[in-house]
Parts: sequence; structure tokens; C-alpha cells
Amino acid sequence: MSVLLTAVVTLGVIGAGSAAILYLIGQKFKVDEDPRIQEVQDALPAANCGGCGFPGCAAFASACVKAETLDGLNCPVGGQPTMDKVAAILGQTAPVAVKKIAVVRCSGTCEHRPRTNLYDGISNCTIAAALYGGDTGCSFGCLGLGDCVESCTFDAIHINPETMLPEVVEDKCTACGACVKACPKDIIELRKQGPKSRRIYVSCVNEEKGGVARKSCEVACIGCSKCQQVCPFEAITITNNLAYIIDDKCRLCRKCVPVCPTNSILELNFPPRRDKSPKEEAATVDA
Amino acid sequence: MLKTFRIGGIHPKDKKVSAGNAIQPIAIPNQVIIPLGQHIGAPCQPVVKKGDTVKVGTLIGKTVGFVSANIHSSVSGTVLKIDKAVDASGYRRDAVFIKVEGDEWEESVDRSSDLKKECNLSSKEILDKIAAAGIVGMGGATFPTHVKLTPPPGSKPEILIINGVECEPWLTSDHRVMMEKTEEIMVGITIVMKALNVDKAIIGIENNKKDAIEKFGKSAENYPGITVEALKVQYPQGGEKQLIDALTGRQVPSGALPISVGAVVQNVGTVLAIYEAVQKNKPLIERVVTVTGKDVKQPCNILSRVGIPVGNLIDAAGGLPETTGKIVSGGPMMGKALASTDVPVTKGTSGILVIPTLEAKRKAMKDCIRCAKCVSICPMGLNPTLLMNLTEFEVWDGAEKQRITDCIECGSCSYTCPADRPLLDYIRLGKGRVNSIIRTRKTNA
Repeated sequence: MSVLLTAVVTLGVIGAGSAAILYLIGQKFKVDEDPRIQEVQDALPAANCGGCGFPGCAAFASACVKAETLDGLNCPVGGQPTMDKVAAILGQTAPVAVKKIAVVRCSGTCEHRPRTNLYDGISNCTIAAALYGGDTGCSFGCLGLGDCVESCTFDAIHINPETMLPEVVEDKCTACGACVKACPKDIIELRKQGPKSRRIYVSCVNEEKGGVARKSCEVACIGCSKCQQVCPFEAITITNNLAYIIDDKCRLCRKCVPVCPTNSILELNFPPRRDKSPKEEAATVDA
Repeated sequence: MLKTFRIGGIHPKDKKVSAGNAIQPIAIPNQVIIPLGQHIGAPCQPVVKKGDTVKVGTLIGKTVGFVSANIHSSVSGTVLKIDKAVDASGYRRDAVFIKVEGDEWEESVDRSSDLKKECNLSSKEILDKIAAAGIVGMGGATFPTHVKLTPPPGSKPEILIINGVECEPWLTSDHRVMMEKTEEIMVGITIVMKALNVDKAIIGIENNKKDAIEKFGKSAENYPGITVEALKVQYPQGGEKQLIDALTGRQVPSGALPISVGAVVQNVGTVLAIYEAVQKNKPLIERVVTVTGKDVKQPCNILSRVGIPVGNLIDAAGGLPETTGKIVSGGPMMGKALASTDVPVTKGTSGILVIPTLEAKRKAMKDCIRCAKCVSICPMGLNPTLLMNLTEFEVWDGAEKQRITDCIECGSCSYTCPADRPLLDYIRLGKGRVNSIIRTRKTNA
């Protein structure tokens, strides 16, 4: 009996002593963490995608709390509702962020862009791009091996087996930018999603002279500058034989789309054109 | 027992079917395309413009940086345009297009075939001549030779090593050069020895080229300081670090240059080009290219001017076989598949290998069976399977610790893997990434 008693008492004393020491140490080295960091983190989507530019949601939360204003801080995954919540916790107002979406700037399907050779290496765009220019005459275009698909945490980009080009699922894309970084050819770009998801962009990144580009791909931008001439808002630039529509200046008038001789300018989610009278087009601009 | 390097190595079948065929010339086509970047380093700036007349040996591209090599016209005629042309990797890069008219050489070039032994130039003058002639390493790496022969401050070369190994299967261009230009190469070696101020040179030749070993052995008796060493046939013995180990027993430390153990390595083809540049004032405008393959009708060694399309060389070897599945520039181990036959021959084209469809296909990758074959054959003592995994999972710091940057990309690991894993493809990707991380760290520090 006394053995049992000794054991209980000894262990009890040691336990109590250790608890006291731990408590004192805990008090002495206590780190005051802003409780709001945890609150902000709870409001975030916990995707840890890095789309905000910080390594994970926790880092973004602490950055939000430390920052004086929320300007320049944006969670692309949660979007406006999440940023409003964060702002509410911190007693600030969230800046209105423009919703963006990833666009794939290549329309070189097998039909438009004939294959000139066969690649039988590993299905990895970065490795293929380091080896050679690609299995078509266009060394700028999409290789179709799916690095962007691999990189996407949200299952929002897939290779269409018919065209062998990636396609973005609009509802799922959060514009985190992972695919933009993954693409070795810099084909994917984050652009404004636009009202009612309406967007216009040049779906080509080929910087070759017109003839060369056209020879390798039917829908390549040939840098003819017709779109630039027709654009009423000076939204189109041409550098290195390649047209580019500046997001902020474009007002979605669609004038550039029909003039493109190679159909390399794409319009998405617009209602079908009915009448091409100037009046109608002006109305679209105003809308 | 014959010497070889001590770590790893494999022995693929030789298949040097064109070894007995003498070097033959090839007709110059109506137009040549001379790329302005034929070396490691910055591409040249063109110094000619459309409509200019050029002769054989006229400077057409001038170096822009330190690591760069001049480019000369390989034909006489008129410059058609300076435009982009598809290079070996399928990317379009700047090149000079020349319409061929006659075959008129620059007067300064001595075209006689007499052997000119004496060289009274100083080390500096020799190096200047080599730089002016645009000579690059002709084993395939195309590193500018004058840079390689200029030892970094604080280091002193002690021994010159001449690479006559030609460890790649199929290729025989170096072998033929050694057989037909023995004396020129010997004089070239004395010139390089003078430029480096060393009194000892070893020529390393693999034992599958017994005729070359014998020929050089006899010739070397007349040249003090130069010895010839037969080496066991082992791939990749032509790698600088492997060759230094095989011949001198010195091991180049990780991340260091061969000069750190006092050695400078030059390929036999490069030495011949040096001889021609220094003694005959001939810039590097032509080279010997082996055209070979299983179904090629007449495997041969062609002395081709730079800028002639690869397709012409294949035609000279009996035309493209119907079975062709892949055309490789270089050897089967380290060569690169060509995307088109319009690609011109450059200073670094050592061979054109035509592979039949059946052998050109890659086998499907299977799971690693942990046999460690790749580990035992890696000539740099690396762990290829681990490096592949580290790259796949993007563990860059781990890959750096595992010395991924030491990889010489010889391809022995992919060759030997029983599970057909694309080890080298991944390691190359990882090596590139780790190198760029190291560069960023250095610029930020």
C-alpha cells in the first residue's frame, strides 16, 4: 500500500511542479498575436493557392491585418464577398477589385495548325519547350501537354481532346494565376472577365512576320494592323507583328473582330450579331 | 589493362559503320543559310547587309560578348537577306542567307595542302588568331576556343589533353580526321601547347580506333612532350572530367573547371581547326560530318561547309531511307532530334544519324524498381532516380544538395534504365531550374 502511495504522491508532486514551471515559462515568453489574424484567416477560402501573391492564406491574413489599407490586397479565389468580410473584421473598406479570368491565347487546333513532326517525349510542356520549338511550324503556340492543367488547384482548365488546346471553365477559374506561371510559352494571360463574361482578345502570341506566321497556322495574328485602324479607343497595340488588346482601354465594341483576316481575334459570350448597321454598333458601345 | 575513368560508365554497341570511309567533299548548293548563333554564348551581330558580295572566309558576324565566336562566310556570293531561319531546335533565329556564285576565297587564306610546321607567334598572337577565326569546341559543345584557352587569373595550366575518344556510337568524324590529318593535328597540338605555355600533351584515343592509335603513336615520336594513350572503350569518356580522370587520374572537384587540376581539354577536330587558322589563316567554315544510320545506303564522312542544309548531306549518303523515324543531329546518346531537314550544318554538327521508326519510338515509362542501375553507371557519381523525383516534386534545395548541377547530361541513366524512365529529361529540367535559382541568389546577394 505504501508503495502505491509513494508513487502517487511522487508523480503528483512532479506533475504539479512541471505544470507550475510550464505556466511560468508560458507567461514569460508569451507572444501576443493579433486575434484578428485568426479571424481573417477563417474568413479566407483556405485554398492556399498563392494567387494573392503570398505563400498561403495564413500569410495573406497576417499581411491584411498589418497593412494600413487593403489596397492592392486581393483574394482572387474568394473575390469581392471574401474581401468585404475581411474588411469588416478589420473595420476598413475593401477596394473594388475587377474580376479576372485566365484566357488561353492560342487557337492553333490540329486543323488550323498542321503538325510538322511528332513529339514522343514526356507529357510536360516545360521539358518539351526546353528541347525544341514544338510539333508544329509555330514555335510560339500551345504545346498541348497540359502543364496548366497540372498546376490548377480548382479543376478549372482542361485540354480539349479534339483541339488539343486548354479550355478554361469560367465558373471555376479564380484567376489565381497558377497556370500563367506554369505555361512555358506565356500563352495564358489574366484578363478582365468583363460584364456578363463578355471579352475580346487576340488569341495568338506568334511574333513572326505575317507570311511566316500564316504559313504555320491559319488563325495566327499576322500583324496587319487592320484591327488597330478600326479601333475607336486606341486599345490595340502592335509589337513584333502581334496585335494586343489593352484590357483597360477596350470597350467591347467588337469592331476589330470582323476585320481580322485570320480570325485571330475572339469574342466570347456576346449575343449573336444581327444587324451590322452603324447605329446598332454604337448602341453596343454605350451599353 | 587499359585506362578509363573510375566512376560509372556504360558500353553501348559501337556501330561505327562509316569508320573506313574516307572524308568526301559535297557539292555546294545554290543557297546557304549561316546562323549567327553557332556557339554557346551571345549570338553574333551581322556585319554584312543585303546585296553585299562575300568571299569564302569573309567575316559576316562579329562577336558581341566575351563568350562568343566570329562567324565567316563559307561560300562566295551575294548576301540575299538577314532573316530568321529555323535552327536545329525548331526555333527561328537570325541567320545570313547567301546566294552562291562561284567559289572565290579571301586572298589571305593559304589553300595549299603543304604542312607548315614552324609557328613563331607569341601566345597572345595565337589566341588572337584563334578568336578571329571563330573557332569553337567541335566535339559538339561549341564553347568558344579562345575563351577556353585563356586560363582564369590565378590558375596555371600544366597539361594539355587532346580528346580523340569519340565515345558516341555511330560517329566517326573525329576518327577520320585523325586518320587523314594526323600531321596537321600534331602541329596544331604544338601550337596549343605554345599558346598555353605547357610542355606536356596527352592524346587520348579509345581502343576501338587501333589504326589511329598506331598512326599517332608513330608520329608522336617526332614531337617531344606529346604522348598517345589508348583507352578502354567506355561511354562517356569524351566528357572533359571523365577524360582527365582516365588519362591523369586527377579528379575535377564538383562545380570546378578542368583548369582547377591544371588540365585543358581540346577535341581533335578543334585542334585541326586551330592549325588551319593559325598556319593557313583559314577561319572555321567547314567541318567533317558523319552521315550514318541503320538503313542509310552509303554511310559516309562528309567535309561540309557551314550552312549547307542537312537534307543535302543525307542525299549524298544515298537519300533518306523510307523507314526513317527520327533524324538526330549529333550522336545517339547526346544528339538532338531535328524538326526539319532544312536545318543547316553548323560548327557543332558532328554527325547526322538517321534512325528507323521502329527504333525511334520511346518506350512507355514504368515504375521505378529501385535497381539502382542508374546510380552505378552515373559517371558523375550522382543519384539520377532521386534527382528525377526531386525535380518532379520541385524540391529544388534538395536537388541542389544532391549536386544536380554536376550532371553532364550524357544520358547514360536513361539508356540503362530497365523501367524506361525518362531520367535525363527530368534532371535537365531540374538542372535548369536550380541553375537559375543559384544565379538569382548570386545577383541578390
